[in-house]
Amino acid sequence: MSLLDFFRNKPQASASLAKERLLIIVAQERSTRGAPDYLPLLRNEILAVIRKYVNVDPDAVQINVEHEGGSEVLELSVALPEAAKAKMAGSD
Amino acid sequence: MTEIIVVTSGKGGVGKTTTAASLSMGLAARGHKVAVIDFDVGLRNLDLIMGCERRVVYDFVNVIHGECTLKQALIKDKRHDNLYVLAASQTRDKDALTQEGVGKVLDDLAADGFDYIVCDSPAGIEKGAHLAMYFADRAVVVVNPEVSSVRDSDRILGLLDSKTRRAERGDGAIGKHLLLTRYSPVRVEAGEMLGVKDVVDILGLDVLGVIPESAGVLTASNSGTPVILDSESLAGQAYGDAVARLLGEERELRFLDAPKKGFLKRVFGG
Repeated sequence: MSLLDFFRNKPQASASLAKERLLIIVAQERSTRGAPDYLPLLRNEILAVIRKYVNVDPDAVQINVEHEGGSEVLELSVALPEAAKAKMAGSD
Repeated sequence: MTEIIVVTSGKGGVGKTTTAASLSMGLAARGHKVAVIDFDVGLRNLDLIMGCERRVVYDFVNVIHGECTLKQALIKDKRHDNLYVLAASQTRDKDALTQEGVGKVLDDLAADGFDYIVCDSPAGIEKGAHLAMYFADRAVVVVNPEVSSVRDSDRILGLLDSKTRRAERGDGAIGKHLLLTRYSPVRVEAGEMLGVKDVVDILGLDVLGVIPESAGVLTASNSGTPVILDSESLAGQAYGDAVARLLGEERELRFLDAPKKGFLKRVFGG
């Protein structure tokens, strides 16, 4: 950096911002790569059904398709909110 | 044993044809028998970059449709007689290419004793791009240090893992390499451009080469001489290194640092 640069208004380096954004979007796109087209819709419908009973976050439902040998496994995980978990434990 | 190498990127204008021309010229200069094929049907340009545009009589589509022999369509390079160009059709549409047809041409080239077949892919992810990568053993993914190019490259990497003959047959993964083009060390140092390490971190692949932004690339395309033949230009030297790495040689990456400024420039800028 030169002496003159020191007095100039220097814009913030943008490359690090680009890297940050790319790391996020690439990871997201990789997670859904090769998955069937209906997956997002399936996810939304499952979310709607779960929400009839438990008030979960929109991103609480995770769906993945895993390839194991010749077969595909649909993996579904739902994170329940803290209060719901306590209630379920209490009802045992 | 013939090795099929696809030069691809997803995004247009990043330097696929420049790269395909220089890599094939470099491989031929090292004594290998090389064919370079333009898959961009309707937007032929490899012939211009190779400097053989006035010698195109028959093209790739003519061969596939049996309108000429493969031998008639292969254009022998004037600089290396073990390098041949197969031009894309300029008048047909992209559906003129078929998987069987492309497969047959590649088999015939292999039977003819070619060591390397370099497939210059069109931009996008449609039929031409799909067929260019389908039969490949290795892929060179050309990427600019810029957000849209990096994202598109990742998409292409996914397709290389799933939509190629090797993936379908379970013959083992296709070899994948990154080649960064239009790299500006000055801008990387200023934090304005993604650096090699950033791109490697995001895409998770090693780099085959880093080609610095260079006036030599335009000069080369103006005259129809692949830039690798310009040993004065940094881009030409960087392509030379990339060819060496493609052949398994160890070469340090060069031209990654901005030229050092003199004392006065450091103090007063400029």
